[in-house]
Amino acid sequence: MTDLFHAGTAEDHPVETGTVEHLDRGPLTMDELAEVIARDIPEGSFLNLGIGQPTKIADHLPAELGVILHTENGMLGMGPAADGDQIDPDLTNAGKVPVTELPGASYFHHADSFAMMRGGHLDVCVLGAYQVAANGDLANWHTGKPDAIPAVGGAMDLAIGAKDVLVMMTLFGKDGTPKLVRSCSYPLTGVGCVSRVYTDHGIFEVGGESVVVRATWGISVADLEERLGMPLATVA
Amino acid sequence: MARTQLLETADEAVAGIEDGSTVLVGGFGLAGMPFDLIDALIRQGATDLTIVSNNAGNGEVGLAALLKAGRVRKVLCSFPRQSDSYVFDELYLAGRIELEVVPQGNLAERMRAAGAGIGAFYGPTAVGTSLAEGKESRVIDGREYLLEYPIRGDYALISAHHADRLGNLVYRKTARNFGPVMAAAASTTIVQVNGVVETGSLDPEAVVTPSIYVDRVVAVEERHYTVQGAR
Repeated sequence: MTDLFHAGTAEDHPVETGTVEHLDRGPLTMDELAEVIARDIPEGSFLNLGIGQPTKIADHLPAELGVILHTENGMLGMGPAADGDQIDPDLTNAGKVPVTELPGASYFHHADSFAMMRGGHLDVCVLGAYQVAANGDLANWHTGKPDAIPAVGGAMDLAIGAKDVLVMMTLFGKDGTPKLVRSCSYPLTGVGCVSRVYTDHGIFEVGGESVVVRATWGISVADLEERLGMPLATVA
Repeated sequence: MARTQLLETADEAVAGIEDGSTVLVGGFGLAGMPFDLIDALIRQGATDLTIVSNNAGNGEVGLAALLKAGRVRKVLCSFPRQSDSYVFDELYLAGRIELEVVPQGNLAERMRAAGAGIGAFYGPTAVGTSLAEGKESRVIDGREYLLEYPIRGDYALISAHHADRLGNLVYRKTARNFGPVMAAAASTTIVQVNGVVETGSLDPEAVVTPSIYVDRVVAVEERHYTVQGAR
């Protein structure tokens, strides 16, 4: 499993090894991807995990890392999902799933919860996405289909609020269409807000002059360029 | 009204809500949802309501029941679509209810602004998106912001854990959610609580919503609704 982590890229662990192609295996599972992302969360961060796949990241954060989870419905210090007798209808996460509280937890109302986001106090958030563009534009709230019911929740506030916005997604849709694109065709959630995209096939830095691929799994950089239809820079 | 009224029943608590009112309804999903007040509002009969709430109802209880009863003209919310929001979904797709989608933080801050007497504010959320259409924008210190107006309620229906006899409120865990901002943002704030305690028995340091924001309080039986555990 250690080869999953050649691409550890937290600011306090700078990568000096260049882009790593892992060609001896297939793409990452979502659990493995969650583990890779967890390794990149800086020690002591205040972290918000989006609904869906990103919640898996919490399972891979060692307690000694001191990461404090924020949930936008009004809590810092959120613990794991509740089970059995622990279930309390008054204590849920943003996905309305019952959760637990850790020692040192705090509760606050919604305006405060989003003020701490918008005010730049939240270090990192990890969101799912329909599409991310090379310039860091994010589309994750609305398919834009005429019969779709729009529902934004806190996605737009998180996208512009957290200091570092990471995306966790599969690189290709079920029909094989790339989700990392030159420009988003889905309605935008935020403009130029994403810094890094973690996918089953690779990790990409976006928002700069070119998209930089830090690591790949089960596919070469050259093949990725072809499937994504865009040039990729590698880590020097 | 200076003094908070303590009422015996939820029906008394929602008396007088007029047709066409804007009603702020607390809760995030089911947590903090004022079920008894909503049930009483359905019995009371007010219609043509504009509802401001984070979601547009779950299952067929609470807000979903109010929608199903055909009393709601328009919903302002951040996240109508959920796995169990079929009552809203059907009304919306049939064109029988208006929807204004507001990003969750803007929903909260716009109500906070109403309660705090702010005329409008510039916020960064939704810049460059379709939800920015029609909004005034301004660049401040090199960053673009959108002008956001307050959301005021004629009434707020919220749920808190305990009130004292003056109407000071404390909440429980994440059920606090929109309660404090809605309490301040409405002309008449109506609160259901799990219990009313003697004045002086709440720790003043722990009061979250001071009584100045609270108009009517009713104690209700604690409701044991089911929530889905982790998969």
